[in-house]
Amino acid sequence: MNEISLFGIFLSAMIVNNIVLIRFIGLCPFFGVSGRMESAIGMGMAVIFVMTVSSAVTWVIYNYLLVPMGLEFLKIVTFILVIASLVQLEELFMKKYIPNLYKSLGIYLPLITTNCAILAASFLHVDYSFSFIQALVYAIGVSLGFIVVIILFAGIRERLDTAPVPKALAGYPIAFFTAALMSLAFLGFKGLFGL
Amino acid sequence: MILNTVILLGGIGLVFGFILAVAAKKFAVPVDPRQEHLLRILPGANCGACGFPGCSGYAEAMIKEGADPGLCTAGGTETVEKIGEILGREASLRERRVARVLCGGRDCEQKFNYVGINECYAASSVAGGFKSCRYACLGLGDCVKACNFDAIRWEPGKIPEIIPQKCTACGKCIEACPVNVIKLIPEKAEVYVKCGSHDKGPSVKKICKAGCFACRICVKFCPEKAITIEENLAVIDYSRCNGCGICVKKCPSKTIIYTEKHSSKEPEERSKKKKNAESQATNHS
Repeated sequence: MNEISLFGIFLSAMIVNNIVLIRFIGLCPFFGVSGRMESAIGMGMAVIFVMTVSSAVTWVIYNYLLVPMGLEFLKIVTFILVIASLVQLEELFMKKYIPNLYKSLGIYLPLITTNCAILAASFLHVDYSFSFIQALVYAIGVSLGFIVVIILFAGIRERLDTAPVPKALAGYPIAFFTAALMSLAFLGFKGLFGL
Repeated sequence: MILNTVILLGGIGLVFGFILAVAAKKFAVPVDPRQEHLLRILPGANCGACGFPGCSGYAEAMIKEGADPGLCTAGGTETVEKIGEILGREASLRERRVARVLCGGRDCEQKFNYVGINECYAASSVAGGFKSCRYACLGLGDCVKACNFDAIRWEPGKIPEIIPQKCTACGKCIEACPVNVIKLIPEKAEVYVKCGSHDKGPSVKKICKAGCFACRICVKFCPEKAITIEENLAVIDYSRCNGCGICVKKCPSKTIIYTEKHSSKEPEERSKKKKNAESQATNHS
Protein backbone atom coordinates (compact mmCIF):
# COMPACT_ATOMS: atom_id res chain seq x y z
CA MET A 1 0.00 0.00 0.00
CA ASN A 2 2.95 2.30 0.50
CA GLU A 3 3.37 3.04 -3.20
CA ILE A 4 0.08 4.98 -3.25
CA SER A 5 0.53 8.72 -2.95
CA LEU A 6 -1.03 10.63 -0.05
CA PHE A 7 -3.29 12.37 -2.53
CA GLY A 8 -4.45 9.00 -3.80
CA ILE A 9 -5.23 7.84 -0.28
CA PHE A 10 -7.11 11.05 0.39
CA LEU A 11 -9.26 10.91 -2.75
CA SER A 12 -9.91 7.22 -2.38
CA ALA A 13 -11.03 7.65 1.22
CA MET A 14 -13.19 10.64 0.41
CA ILE A 15 -14.87 9.62 -2.83
CA VAL A 16 -13.97 6.23 -4.29
CA ASN A 17 -14.53 4.27 -1.09
CA ASN A 18 -16.89 6.74 0.52
CA ILE A 19 -17.58 5.59 4.04
CA VAL A 20 -21.35 6.02 3.83
CA LEU A 21 -22.32 5.34 0.26
CA ILE A 22 -19.84 2.59 -0.68
CA ARG A 23 -18.99 0.96 2.64
CA PHE A 24 -22.43 1.56 4.21
CA ILE A 25 -20.90 2.54 7.53
CA GLY A 26 -22.25 5.37 9.68
CA LEU A 27 -25.76 5.13 8.25
CA CYS A 28 -27.31 6.00 11.61
CA PRO A 29 -26.10 9.62 11.78
CA PHE A 30 -26.41 9.82 8.00
CA PHE A 31 -30.17 9.32 8.24
CA GLY A 32 -30.65 10.65 11.75
CA VAL A 33 -29.23 14.15 11.46
CA SER A 34 -29.60 14.88 7.77
CA GLY A 35 -33.08 16.35 8.14
CA ARG A 36 -31.76 19.89 8.23
CA MET A 37 -28.73 21.41 6.60
CA GLU A 38 -27.65 23.15 9.80
CA SER A 39 -27.52 19.98 11.88
CA ALA A 40 -25.92 18.02 9.04
CA ILE A 41 -23.05 20.50 8.92
CA GLY A 42 -22.73 20.40 12.71
CA MET A 43 -22.53 16.62 12.72
CA GLY A 44 -20.08 16.62 9.82
CA MET A 45 -17.75 19.07 11.54
CA ALA A 46 -17.85 17.04 14.75
CA VAL A 47 -17.01 13.88 12.79
CA ILE A 48 -14.02 15.54 11.09
CA PHE A 49 -12.71 16.67 14.44
CA VAL A 50 -13.17 13.41 16.35
CA MET A 51 -12.16 11.09 13.52
CA THR A 52 -8.83 12.80 12.90
CA VAL A 53 -7.83 12.89 16.54
CA SER A 54 -9.03 9.38 17.34
CA SER A 55 -7.32 7.89 14.28
CA ALA A 56 -4.03 9.44 15.35
CA VAL A 57 -4.34 8.15 18.90
CA THR A 58 -5.51 4.67 17.89
CA TRP A 59 -2.63 4.42 15.42
CA VAL A 60 -0.12 5.10 18.19
CA ILE A 61 -1.79 2.69 20.59
CA TYR A 62 -2.08 -0.06 18.02
CA ASN A 63 1.44 0.13 16.66
CA TYR A 64 3.31 0.88 19.87
CA LEU A 65 1.24 -1.06 22.43
CA LEU A 66 -0.92 -3.76 20.89
CA VAL A 67 1.48 -5.05 18.20
CA PRO A 68 4.60 -5.33 20.43
CA MET A 69 2.56 -7.10 23.11
CA GLY A 70 0.91 -9.43 20.59
CA LEU A 71 -2.57 -8.35 21.63
CA GLU A 72 -3.98 -7.35 18.24
CA PHE A 73 -7.22 -9.17 19.04
CA LEU A 74 -7.99 -6.53 21.66
CA LYS A 75 -8.28 -3.75 19.14
CA ILE A 76 -12.10 -3.51 19.24
CA VAL A 77 -12.22 -3.04 23.00
CA THR A 78 -9.25 -0.69 23.12
CA PHE A 79 -10.41 1.45 20.23
CA ILE A 80 -13.87 1.88 21.70
CA LEU A 81 -12.33 2.82 25.03
CA VAL A 82 -10.03 5.32 23.35
CA ILE A 83 -12.76 6.90 21.23
CA ALA A 84 -15.20 7.24 24.12
CA SER A 85 -12.60 8.86 26.35
CA LEU A 86 -11.39 11.15 23.58
CA VAL A 87 -14.88 12.41 22.87
CA GLN A 88 -15.33 13.20 26.56
CA LEU A 89 -12.00 14.96 26.64
CA GLU A 90 -12.74 17.00 23.54
CA GLU A 91 -16.10 17.98 24.95
CA LEU A 92 -14.52 19.29 28.14
CA PHE A 93 -11.80 21.07 26.20
CA MET A 94 -14.18 22.74 23.78
CA LYS A 95 -16.56 23.79 26.53
CA LYS A 96 -13.72 25.72 28.12
CA TYR A 97 -11.83 27.18 25.17
CA ILE A 98 -14.16 27.23 22.16
CA PRO A 99 -17.60 27.74 23.72
CA ASN A 100 -19.13 28.87 20.43
CA LEU A 101 -18.09 25.70 18.63
CA TYR A 102 -19.20 23.72 21.67
CA LYS A 103 -22.63 25.29 21.50
CA SER A 104 -23.07 24.50 17.82
CA LEU A 105 -21.69 20.95 18.06
CA GLY A 106 -23.01 20.38 21.57
CA ILE A 107 -25.59 17.66 20.94
CA TYR A 108 -23.63 15.87 18.26
CA LEU A 109 -20.41 15.28 20.16
CA PRO A 110 -21.78 12.66 22.58
CA LEU A 111 -23.60 11.01 19.67
CA ILE A 112 -20.26 10.46 17.97
CA THR A 113 -19.08 8.19 20.80
CA THR A 114 -21.19 5.45 19.28
CA ASN A 115 -20.63 6.39 15.65
CA CYS A 116 -19.31 3.32 13.88
CA ALA A 117 -17.70 5.41 11.14
CA ILE A 118 -15.09 6.59 13.65
CA LEU A 119 -14.34 3.03 14.74
CA ALA A 120 -14.28 1.91 11.10
CA ALA A 121 -11.72 4.55 10.16
CA SER A 122 -9.47 3.30 12.97
CA PHE A 123 -9.88 -0.32 11.87
CA LEU A 124 -9.30 0.44 8.21
CA HIS A 125 -6.00 2.18 8.71
CA VAL A 126 -4.91 -0.88 10.68
CA ASP A 127 -6.10 -3.19 7.87
CA TYR A 128 -4.22 -1.18 5.25
CA SER A 129 -1.18 -1.00 7.56
CA PHE A 130 -0.73 2.71 6.91
CA SER A 131 2.10 4.82 8.28
CA PHE A 132 1.16 7.53 10.77
CA ILE A 133 0.94 10.29 8.18
CA GLN A 134 -1.01 8.09 5.80
CA ALA A 135 -3.45 7.17 8.59
CA LEU A 136 -3.97 10.83 9.38
CA VAL A 137 -4.59 11.76 5.74
CA TYR A 138 -6.89 8.76 5.44
CA ALA A 139 -8.95 9.83 8.46
CA ILE A 140 -9.28 13.38 7.12
CA GLY A 141 -10.34 11.98 3.75
CA VAL A 142 -12.93 9.68 5.26
CA SER A 143 -14.42 12.42 7.43
CA LEU A 144 -14.49 14.91 4.55
CA GLY A 145 -16.24 12.26 2.48
CA PHE A 146 -18.78 11.90 5.28
CA ILE A 147 -19.48 15.63 5.49
CA VAL A 148 -19.75 16.03 1.71
CA VAL A 149 -22.25 13.21 1.45
CA ILE A 150 -24.31 14.24 4.48
CA ILE A 151 -24.52 17.84 3.19
CA LEU A 152 -25.61 16.66 -0.26
CA PHE A 153 -28.17 14.37 1.33
CA ALA A 154 -29.48 17.08 3.66
CA GLY A 155 -29.95 19.37 0.67
CA ILE A 156 -31.98 16.73 -1.12
CA ARG A 157 -34.03 15.94 1.99
CA GLU A 158 -34.91 19.58 2.54
CA ARG A 159 -36.40 19.57 -0.93
CA LEU A 160 -38.10 16.23 -0.32
CA ASP A 161 -40.02 17.84 2.52
CA THR A 162 -42.02 19.95 0.11
CA ALA A 163 -42.18 17.41 -2.71
CA PRO A 164 -45.42 15.52 -3.41
CA VAL A 165 -44.21 12.14 -2.12
CA PRO A 166 -46.68 9.21 -2.25
CA LYS A 167 -48.06 8.53 1.20
CA ALA A 168 -46.53 5.06 1.52
CA LEU A 169 -43.07 6.43 0.80
CA ALA A 170 -43.20 9.63 2.86
CA GLY A 171 -40.45 10.08 5.42
CA TYR A 172 -37.69 7.51 5.75
CA PRO A 173 -38.61 5.21 2.83
CA ILE A 174 -38.06 7.93 0.25
CA ALA A 175 -34.87 8.94 2.07
CA PHE A 176 -33.55 5.40 1.73
CA PHE A 177 -34.40 5.36 -1.97
CA THR A 178 -32.56 8.64 -2.38
CA ALA A 179 -29.54 7.33 -0.52
CA ALA A 180 -29.54 4.20 -2.68
CA LEU A 181 -29.53 6.30 -5.85
CA MET A 182 -26.69 8.43 -4.48
CA SER A 183 -24.81 5.22 -3.69
CA LEU A 184 -25.28 4.03 -7.28
CA ALA A 185 -23.86 7.32 -8.51
CA PHE A 186 -20.82 6.95 -6.26
CA LEU A 187 -20.29 3.41 -7.58
CA GLY A 188 -19.21 5.12 -10.79
CA PHE A 189 -15.91 6.03 -9.12
CA LYS A 190 -15.14 2.38 -8.36
CA GLY A 191 -11.67 1.29 -9.36
CA LEU A 192 -10.09 4.74 -9.47
CA PHE A 193 -6.73 4.83 -7.62
CA GLY A 194 -7.14 1.11 -6.94
CA LEU A 195 -7.69 1.36 -3.23
CA MET B 1 -1.07 -13.40 27.70
CA ILE B 2 -3.99 -12.94 30.06
CA LEU B 3 -1.84 -10.88 32.38
CA ASN B 4 -0.72 -8.70 29.49
CA THR B 5 -4.33 -8.19 28.43
CA VAL B 6 -5.40 -7.17 31.89
CA ILE B 7 -2.44 -4.86 32.33
CA LEU B 8 -2.90 -3.24 28.96
CA LEU B 9 -6.64 -2.62 29.17
CA GLY B 10 -6.50 -1.66 32.83
CA GLY B 11 -3.57 0.63 32.07
CA ILE B 12 -5.30 2.38 29.20
CA GLY B 13 -8.45 2.72 31.25
CA LEU B 14 -6.48 4.12 34.17
CA VAL B 15 -4.54 6.58 32.02
CA PHE B 16 -7.65 7.88 30.28
CA GLY B 17 -9.57 7.98 33.53
CA PHE B 18 -6.78 10.02 35.08
CA ILE B 19 -6.59 12.36 32.08
CA LEU B 20 -10.36 12.86 32.16
CA ALA B 21 -10.34 13.54 35.89
CA VAL B 22 -7.59 16.13 35.49
CA ALA B 23 -9.32 17.64 32.46
CA ALA B 24 -12.63 17.87 34.28
CA LYS B 25 -10.93 19.94 36.97
CA LYS B 26 -8.73 21.97 34.68
CA PHE B 27 -11.26 22.72 31.97
CA ALA B 28 -14.14 23.17 34.39
CA VAL B 29 -16.32 26.07 33.40
CA PRO B 30 -17.67 27.77 36.49
CA VAL B 31 -21.44 27.52 36.37
CA ASP B 32 -23.67 29.11 38.95
CA PRO B 33 -25.14 26.12 40.85
CA ARG B 34 -28.49 27.89 40.82
CA GLN B 35 -28.46 27.73 37.02
CA GLU B 36 -28.23 23.94 37.01
CA HIS B 37 -30.91 23.79 39.67
CA LEU B 38 -33.17 26.01 37.57
CA LEU B 39 -32.55 23.88 34.51
CA ARG B 40 -33.68 20.80 36.40
CA ILE B 41 -36.91 22.55 37.45
CA LEU B 42 -37.80 23.91 34.01
CA PRO B 43 -39.93 21.56 31.90
CA GLY B 44 -37.14 20.84 29.42
CA ALA B 45 -39.43 21.04 26.41
CA ASN B 46 -37.34 23.85 24.87
CA CYS B 47 -40.53 25.35 23.47
CA GLY B 48 -39.31 28.92 23.47
CA ALA B 49 -42.45 30.40 25.01
CA CYS B 50 -40.26 32.50 27.33
CA GLY B 51 -38.52 34.07 24.35
CA PHE B 52 -35.11 32.57 25.15
CA PRO B 53 -33.37 29.82 23.19
CA GLY B 54 -34.54 26.75 25.10
CA CYS B 55 -34.73 26.03 28.79
CA SER B 56 -30.98 26.27 29.32
CA GLY B 57 -30.95 29.66 27.64
CA TYR B 58 -33.74 30.84 29.92
CA ALA B 59 -31.99 29.53 33.04
CA GLU B 60 -28.82 31.36 32.02
CA ALA B 61 -30.71 34.55 31.28
CA MET B 62 -32.45 34.47 34.68
CA ILE B 63 -29.12 34.17 36.50
CA LYS B 64 -26.98 36.47 34.39
CA GLU B 65 -29.38 39.05 33.02
CA GLY B 66 -32.05 38.89 35.68
CA ALA B 67 -34.76 37.86 33.26
CA ASP B 68 -38.35 37.79 34.52
CA PRO B 69 -38.85 34.46 36.32
CA GLY B 70 -42.56 34.38 35.45
CA LEU B 71 -42.18 33.65 31.76
CA CYS B 72 -42.41 29.86 31.74
CA THR B 73 -45.99 29.27 30.69
CA ALA B 74 -45.26 25.62 29.87
CA GLY B 75 -44.27 24.87 33.47
CA GLY B 76 -47.20 26.71 34.99
CA THR B 77 -47.60 28.15 38.45
CA GLU B 78 -45.78 25.32 40.20
CA THR B 79 -42.58 25.79 38.23
CA VAL B 80 -42.65 29.54 38.57
CA GLU B 81 -43.05 29.31 42.34
CA LYS B 82 -40.06 27.00 42.58
CA ILE B 83 -38.01 29.34 40.41
CA GLY B 84 -38.96 32.19 42.72
CA GLU B 85 -37.73 30.17 45.73
CA ILE B 86 -34.38 29.48 44.12
CA LEU B 87 -33.81 33.03 42.99
CA GLY B 88 -35.15 34.47 46.23
CA ARG B 89 -37.30 36.77 44.19
CA GLU B 90 -41.00 37.36 43.95
CA ALA B 91 -42.20 35.40 40.96
CA SER B 92 -45.70 35.16 39.65
CA LEU B 93 -46.87 33.66 36.43
CA ARG B 94 -48.45 35.97 33.99
CA GLU B 95 -52.08 35.16 33.47
CA ARG B 96 -52.31 31.75 31.89
CA ARG B 97 -53.52 31.87 28.35
CA VAL B 98 -54.37 29.25 25.78
CA ALA B 99 -54.38 29.38 22.01
CA ARG B 100 -57.69 29.22 20.16
CA VAL B 101 -58.50 28.90 16.50
CA LEU B 102 -60.68 31.89 15.67
CA CYS B 103 -62.60 30.51 12.74
CA GLY B 104 -65.99 28.83 12.77
CA GLY B 105 -65.67 27.81 9.14
CA ARG B 106 -68.94 25.89 8.86
CA ASP B 107 -69.82 25.29 5.19
CA CYS B 108 -67.11 27.65 4.09
CA GLU B 109 -67.06 28.10 0.34
CA GLN B 110 -63.96 27.58 -1.73
CA LYS B 111 -62.68 30.27 -4.04
CA PHE B 112 -61.02 27.70 -6.27
CA ASN B 113 -59.91 24.10 -6.18
CA TYR B 114 -56.42 24.02 -4.69
CA VAL B 115 -54.13 21.24 -5.89
CA GLY B 116 -50.62 21.55 -4.61
CA ILE B 117 -48.35 21.17 -1.63
CA ASN B 118 -50.43 20.08 1.32
CA GLU B 119 -49.42 22.88 3.69
CA CYS B 120 -51.21 26.01 4.84
CA TYR B 121 -48.13 28.10 4.13
CA ALA B 122 -47.93 26.98 0.51
CA ALA B 123 -51.70 27.17 0.00
CA SER B 124 -51.92 30.68 1.46
CA SER B 125 -49.36 31.97 -1.02
CA VAL B 126 -51.58 31.05 -3.96
CA ALA B 127 -53.95 33.98 -4.47
CA GLY B 128 -54.39 34.46 -0.71
CA GLY B 129 -55.63 30.95 0.01
CA PHE B 130 -58.40 28.84 -1.51
CA LYS B 131 -61.14 29.73 1.00
CA SER B 132 -63.54 32.47 0.00
CA CYS B 133 -62.77 34.28 3.28
CA ARG B 134 -59.22 35.51 3.56
CA TYR B 135 -59.31 35.14 7.32
CA ALA B 136 -60.41 31.52 7.17
CA CYS B 137 -58.54 28.56 8.58
CA LEU B 138 -57.18 26.59 5.64
CA GLY B 139 -57.27 23.34 7.60
CA LEU B 140 -54.04 21.84 6.25
CA GLY B 141 -52.47 21.45 9.65
CA ASP B 142 -49.34 23.62 9.77
CA CYS B 143 -50.17 24.42 13.39
CA VAL B 144 -50.46 20.72 14.24
CA LYS B 145 -46.95 20.10 12.95
CA ALA B 146 -45.64 23.10 14.87
CA CYS B 147 -47.09 22.04 18.23
CA ASN B 148 -44.51 20.43 20.51
CA PHE B 149 -47.04 19.42 23.13
CA ASP B 150 -49.45 17.37 21.05
CA ALA B 151 -52.15 19.82 22.04
CA ILE B 152 -53.91 20.19 18.70
CA ARG B 153 -56.51 17.72 17.56
CA TRP B 154 -57.07 17.77 13.85
CA GLU B 155 -58.48 15.85 10.94
CA PRO B 156 -57.20 16.75 7.47
CA GLY B 157 -59.35 19.45 5.93
CA LYS B 158 -61.11 20.26 9.20
CA ILE B 159 -60.48 23.16 11.51
CA PRO B 160 -58.04 22.09 14.23
CA GLU B 161 -59.12 22.02 17.83
CA ILE B 162 -56.71 23.08 20.54
CA ILE B 163 -56.85 21.13 23.79
CA PRO B 164 -56.63 23.81 26.49
CA GLN B 165 -55.29 21.46 29.17
CA LYS B 166 -52.29 20.63 27.03
CA CYS B 167 -51.74 24.08 25.51
CA THR B 168 -48.86 25.99 27.08
CA ALA B 169 -49.31 29.22 25.11
CA CYS B 170 -45.84 28.88 23.63
CA GLY B 171 -47.02 30.53 20.42
CA LYS B 172 -45.48 28.05 17.96
CA CYS B 173 -48.82 27.50 16.22
CA ILE B 174 -49.46 31.23 15.99
CA GLU B 175 -46.12 31.64 14.24
CA ALA B 176 -46.85 28.72 11.92
CA CYS B 177 -50.31 29.90 10.88
CA PRO B 178 -50.05 31.92 7.65
CA VAL B 179 -53.52 33.46 8.01
CA ASN B 180 -53.06 34.41 11.68
CA VAL B 181 -56.26 32.71 12.70
CA ILE B 182 -54.90 31.49 16.04
CA LYS B 183 -54.84 33.87 18.98
CA LEU B 184 -54.01 33.62 22.68
CA ILE B 185 -56.99 34.04 24.97
CA PRO B 186 -57.05 33.99 28.79
CA GLU B 187 -57.60 30.46 29.99
CA LYS B 188 -60.35 31.51 32.39
CA ALA B 189 -62.39 33.05 29.57
CA GLU B 190 -65.85 31.53 29.39
CA VAL B 191 -66.88 32.89 26.02
CA TYR B 192 -64.95 33.85 22.92
CA VAL B 193 -65.56 35.18 19.44
CA LYS B 194 -64.78 32.38 17.02
CA CYS B 195 -64.06 34.60 14.06
CA GLY B 196 -61.11 36.70 12.97
CA SER B 197 -62.59 38.46 9.97
CA HIS B 198 -62.17 42.20 9.66
CA ASP B 199 -64.24 42.33 6.47
CA LYS B 200 -67.36 44.48 6.42
CA GLY B 201 -70.58 42.90 7.68
CA PRO B 202 -72.41 42.26 4.39
CA SER B 203 -69.41 40.70 2.68
CA VAL B 204 -68.87 38.38 5.65
CA LYS B 205 -72.53 37.40 5.59
CA LYS B 206 -72.31 36.57 1.90
CA ILE B 207 -69.50 34.02 2.26
CA CYS B 208 -69.76 32.65 5.79
CA LYS B 209 -72.55 31.45 8.02
CA ALA B 210 -70.45 31.45 11.16
CA GLY B 211 -68.64 34.76 10.82
CA CYS B 212 -69.06 37.94 12.85
CA PHE B 213 -70.78 40.55 10.69
CA ALA B 214 -70.63 43.28 13.31
CA CYS B 215 -74.38 43.51 13.97
CA ARG B 216 -73.68 44.97 17.44
CA ILE B 217 -76.38 42.91 19.13
CA CYS B 218 -73.86 41.55 21.62
CA VAL B 219 -72.63 45.09 22.36
CA LYS B 220 -76.16 46.16 23.10
CA PHE B 221 -77.06 43.24 25.34
CA CYS B 222 -73.86 42.77 27.31
CA PRO B 223 -74.68 43.84 30.89
CA GLU B 224 -71.04 44.48 31.72
CA LYS B 225 -70.32 46.52 28.57
CA ALA B 226 -67.42 44.17 27.93
CA ILE B 227 -67.89 43.86 24.17
CA THR B 228 -66.91 46.40 21.58
CA ILE B 229 -66.73 46.29 17.80
CA GLU B 230 -63.25 46.92 16.49
CA GLU B 231 -62.64 46.84 12.76
CA ASN B 232 -65.90 45.00 12.07
CA LEU B 233 -65.24 42.33 14.66
CA ALA B 234 -66.66 41.85 18.16
CA VAL B 235 -63.91 42.03 20.77
CA ILE B 236 -64.42 40.86 24.35
CA ASP B 237 -62.66 42.65 27.17
CA TYR B 238 -61.94 39.76 29.52
CA SER B 239 -61.23 42.02 32.49
CA ARG B 240 -64.95 42.93 32.43
CA CYS B 241 -66.58 39.74 31.14
CA ASN B 242 -68.30 37.76 33.90
CA GLY B 243 -69.26 34.83 31.70
CA CYS B 244 -73.02 35.34 31.90
CA GLY B 245 -73.42 34.01 28.36
CA ILE B 246 -76.05 36.49 27.19
CA CYS B 247 -73.94 37.32 24.15
CA VAL B 248 -73.77 33.63 23.25
CA LYS B 249 -77.56 33.36 23.36
CA LYS B 250 -78.11 36.57 21.41
CA CYS B 251 -75.48 36.17 18.70
CA PRO B 252 -77.46 35.62 15.46
CA SER B 253 -74.63 33.84 13.63
CA LYS B 254 -73.54 31.81 16.68
CA THR B 255 -70.08 33.32 16.37
CA ILE B 256 -69.67 33.95 20.08
CA ILE B 257 -69.49 30.57 21.80
CA TYR B 258 -68.80 29.08 25.21
CA THR B 259 -65.45 27.63 26.07
CA GLU B 260 -65.33 24.33 27.96
CA LYS B 261 -64.80 26.41 31.13
CA HIS B 262 -68.37 27.58 30.99
CA SER B 263 -70.25 24.33 30.47
CA SER B 264 -68.47 22.80 33.47
CA LYS B 265 -69.72 25.63 35.66
CA GLU B 266 -73.48 25.22 35.68
CA PRO B 267 -74.25 21.57 36.21
CA GLU B 268 -77.47 22.46 38.05
CA GLU B 269 -79.09 24.34 35.26
CA ARG B 270 -78.20 21.74 32.71
CA SER B 271 -79.46 18.84 34.81
CA LYS B 272 -82.76 20.72 35.32
CA LYS B 273 -83.17 21.08 31.58
CA LYS B 274 -82.33 17.44 31.13
CA LYS B 275 -84.94 16.44 33.72
CA ASN B 276 -87.58 18.53 32.02
CA ALA B 277 -86.80 16.92 28.70
CA GLU B 278 -86.96 13.49 30.25
CA SER B 279 -90.31 14.09 31.96
CA GLN B 280 -91.73 15.42 28.71
CA ALA B 281 -90.53 12.35 26.92
CA THR B 282 -92.21 10.05 29.50
CA ASN B 283 -95.45 12.08 29.28
CA HIS B 284 -95.54 11.62 25.56
CA SER B 285 -95.12 7.89 25.77
